[in-house]
Amino acid sequence: MSQTHSPTNTIVTDKFVTLLSDAEVSQIEAEILLLPDRRSAAIDALKIVQEHRGWVSDESLVAVATLLNMSSEELDGIATFYNLIYRKPVGEKVVLFCDSVSCWLMGGDDVCKRVQATLGVAYGETTADGKYTLLPVTCLGDCDHAPAMMVGDELHHDLTPESVEEILK
Amino acid sequence: MPVLIVDGKELPGKAGTNVLEALLSAGVDMPYFCWHPAMGSVGACRQCALLQYANDEDSHGKIVMSCMTPVTDGARFSVSADRASGFRRAVIENLMLNHPHDCPVCEEGGECHLQDMTVMVGHRDRRYQGRKTTFKNQYLGPFIGHEMNRCITCYRCVRFYQDYAGGNDLNAFGSRDRIFFGRAESGVLENEFAGNLVEVCPTGVFTDKTLAKNYTRKWDLQSSPTICQGCSIGCNTYTSERYGQLCRVHNRYHQDINGYFLCDRGRFGAQHVNSPARIPQPGIRNEEGKYDPLSLDDAKAKVRDFIQHSSRTIGIGSPRASLEANQALRQLVGAGNYSNGMSRNEQVMHQIILDVLASGMKTPTLAEVAEFDAILVLGEDATNHAPLLALSIRQAVRNRSKEMAGDTDIAEWHDAAVRELAQDALSPLVIATPMPDRLDDVASQSLRLAPEEIVALSTEVSMYLSAGSESTASQASSVAQGLAELLRDARRPLIVSGTSLGDINIMRATVNLSLALQAVNPEAGILLAADECNSVGMAMLDNRLSVEELVDRTPETMIVLENDLESRLGAEFAKKMSAVRHLVVLDYLDNATVSVANILLPAASFAEAEGTFINFEGRAQRNLAVFLPQGSIAPSYYLLSTLNDDCLNDSFNDSLNNSTESVSSSHQARVQTIIESIRDEFSPLKRIDECAPDADFLVLGSKIPRMTHRASGRTAMQAEVSVHEPKQPVDTESALAFTMEGNQQQAPASLRSYVWSPGWNSNQSIYKFQTEVGGADTMGNPGVRLLQGDAMPAPFTIAPTTAAQISTGPRFVAQHHIFGSDPVSSQAQELSTRIPTPYVRMNTETATTLGVSGGDGLACQLPHKRIELSVILDDDVAAHCLVYPKLVQTIGLADVAPGDLQRIAGWQGPKDPLKPNLILTDRTG
Repeated sequence: MSQTHSPTNTIVTDKFVTLLSDAEVSQIEAEILLLPDRRSAAIDALKIVQEHRGWVSDESLVAVATLLNMSSEELDGIATFYNLIYRKPVGEKVVLFCDSVSCWLMGGDDVCKRVQATLGVAYGETTADGKYTLLPVTCLGDCDHAPAMMVGDELHHDLTPESVEEILK
Repeated sequence: MPVLIVDGKELPGKAGTNVLEALLSAGVDMPYFCWHPAMGSVGACRQCALLQYANDEDSHGKIVMSCMTPVTDGARFSVSADRASGFRRAVIENLMLNHPHDCPVCEEGGECHLQDMTVMVGHRDRRYQGRKTTFKNQYLGPFIGHEMNRCITCYRCVRFYQDYAGGNDLNAFGSRDRIFFGRAESGVLENEFAGNLVEVCPTGVFTDKTLAKNYTRKWDLQSSPTICQGCSIGCNTYTSERYGQLCRVHNRYHQDINGYFLCDRGRFGAQHVNSPARIPQPGIRNEEGKYDPLSLDDAKAKVRDFIQHSSRTIGIGSPRASLEANQALRQLVGAGNYSNGMSRNEQVMHQIILDVLASGMKTPTLAEVAEFDAILVLGEDATNHAPLLALSIRQAVRNRSKEMAGDTDIAEWHDAAVRELAQDALSPLVIATPMPDRLDDVASQSLRLAPEEIVALSTEVSMYLSAGSESTASQASSVAQGLAELLRDARRPLIVSGTSLGDINIMRATVNLSLALQAVNPEAGILLAADECNSVGMAMLDNRLSVEELVDRTPETMIVLENDLESRLGAEFAKKMSAVRHLVVLDYLDNATVSVANILLPAASFAEAEGTFINFEGRAQRNLAVFLPQGSIAPSYYLLSTLNDDCLNDSFNDSLNNSTESVSSSHQARVQTIIESIRDEFSPLKRIDECAPDADFLVLGSKIPRMTHRASGRTAMQAEVSVHEPKQPVDTESALAFTMEGNQQQAPASLRSYVWSPGWNSNQSIYKFQTEVGGADTMGNPGVRLLQGDAMPAPFTIAPTTAAQISTGPRFVAQHHIFGSDPVSSQAQELSTRIPTPYVRMNTETATTLGVSGGDGLACQLPHKRIELSVILDDDVAAHCLVYPKLVQTIGLADVAPGDLQRIAGWQGPKDPLKPNLILTDRTG
């Protein structure tokens, strides 16, 4: 005669969740197993989706939120807080150029100008061929080899205007 | 009591509070933004900085945030040191970098906490020359405007919306100077308490759209202390007017009731005063069924004629009208011909509430609800039926986290720390209702039970409690046993029920359970929510004759006071009304009863009339008129008591000839005469004249002003009609005056018509009127609780429900809806857009029995209307229950047999009946 309603920690299946691939869902569920509750997996889940899709679209965000039993507002608050979770489409590779103080002291500004000239884009833009998106980043932890930048997963350091042209060729 | 030394002076502090609270309680002008008296501290804005010295030798000190510093005895601080004030000035300068300085076009201007604080710290010159961050605003629904550029990122909005009110569709997005407070995408803010964002936001990010429509600065508003008419809670409000239009409703702090917050029905529902459905003048129904206008004197002469030539005249009062109006009606028709306007069922339910309040059972105030550590809700849909009760329950479940904080020496006001510590730990809350409840998200257990199953469960729990666990352990179900043990072992358990399901047995069973519980746990409390703003008052005034009984006595004339009998008793009953020869109706809004009246008298709304209302806890509170009604509209008590005079007066015709003076100037404190007659006639009501001083009350030789001392253009408001300045109208009925002259600062709380204090133009100035932060009013809390007693009532005998009696067929259950179930607020323009479209909600099994599926349409034909319902499948609805919203369109559905519902072929229903489709456009869209 009675139904007991348990408001937290239940798996909700929803049409949005089907938007995620089986691989994404199983990777996210694997993260959840390591954590006290589903919501704690928020950042990992966003990273997993981004790994598969390059960025987190509004639809993927709703899907992840549904999977984690969160409101999309709550998850988007997290997603937009972290500048390495991309909420807009990015190029095949993201160029993260360090604009913090060590790199600046070591001539980072000139190097960055060359990066921008080589790619033909400013910060926040994607090249016309869709290969690169250029973003500033605050310190890559490589100050002893400043200036530094990351292209995709690769770290490049001791940069000069000449070397970046070579790297981005 | 710990003592703080601030700038060399000793200040009293209170253990367990923070330094900011101590400073504000002592009346120090300390700037702050993110701290809120009801929400505690997070230290986000850095505005309340001051210097703390390590010891007597330390003359340098360090900067600390006063809201994050606990009160410790002998601690030394400086508020005025240059380093402290310089720091605070720098914080404001930083917060103002991106602020658009658009005060002249901002709704908050003139009552803006940011303005006040900027002036207070002395930040005058802008040094930053860079570009300001700008945002795109969102459409947030019909109530709230959004202007993100003004934001200073204090986080108060999300802390209120998510943490305090349990909303999940407003959040902070982004980081650093890109932080955006809003929804994931444009859309209606769903939480029922969203309107509080207008007051919680220290600047103009969230603004009141209903105010924007008739925009007036705070200093030009004419206001008075009013009592919300939305439900039985009796929240204290300030209602404000200019140019004869109700501009807005603001919270009026009451320590024991609403504290700092209101619900959206109360805040935005008051716009019914401006509704085009208002009844503007007296009317007489002609043969075509339409109304011909009539002068007030002619209309009253006709009514007098009806009364004098009728064999029997009856008066139907109303639980949404004031005690005074009801008493005036009762005096006009005589006690034996008067009904308080409630149905038999309602009268019995409210008698139970009255008996509980007058007994020795522990009946908490609304504010005390937050102190209970285990709550059982039996069939009461608090969010929709008594919204502020739900907000209090939401705070009560946090008691577990406060205990955890106590165990780890974290102060309760350390809000972020306490929430981080507690995570999802909540005090037990068990909800037994037929349909999903808005409090399910914080409930430890939600039981979906049909009304008679709730009664059965409750009886089972009481029996288990009274019998002792051993003897009945085998008989009671595990659910009942669990509940009994939970309530018995709690430090302070509370049982909540009320009239929302209209089921007398649920209320009786609640009383029985509370009695059984109180015998084993003396700290147990009981709270019964009543139905309308004056239901308890009506039960106290005269609960003898129900509407049905009185109407059955074949009256020749029937006078109905502010009561739509069709929505109360259904269309079948309404037919009896048409059989009455002379039907006289006094009301302020059009409704089904109004439309069949022979004579219609235009009553004043709550904003235009004085009146006393008694809330669910038996507290009598005085509502004072904000402005004079237009034309021949007059307060019901005035219309009825002058009618009474006319009937008694032999020289009636002479007085008619002399009645050229306006309605306003001919009141001779009539309301006071009526109040005195109530006081003298009914002993339980003998203290009602204590809820506010009478019309003779003066402060420093003058009445209390309704306008601020800065009101502008008051004498020029009619200049387009005549340049001759009119005399201000005179208020003979209350201690307030329609002027700006007088001393508002020294008014008692029941007469204070707005809060303002030098340097504090915003509503934050309330702390200047409190004995301490969050404490009692310096002039005493307004209103008076009338009912108290020592005796315990005898338990009710409820016929045991056997399995056979529990009906297994589908049956209707009406659900209240915060927007739509109250016929008055539903006529407020903005609020009316939030009313759901008629639906019927059931679980899959019940749907299969009925042969319908989700998205189908069902219809039934009543004698004079057709009801169409969209089917919603929801497995969280109790078996066999067909839950439908209590709306104007669904009146009469209760009398229909579920089997008579017909499927509508090719039904194209709304996408989501619970969320009406709004037109998503406005100036920010």
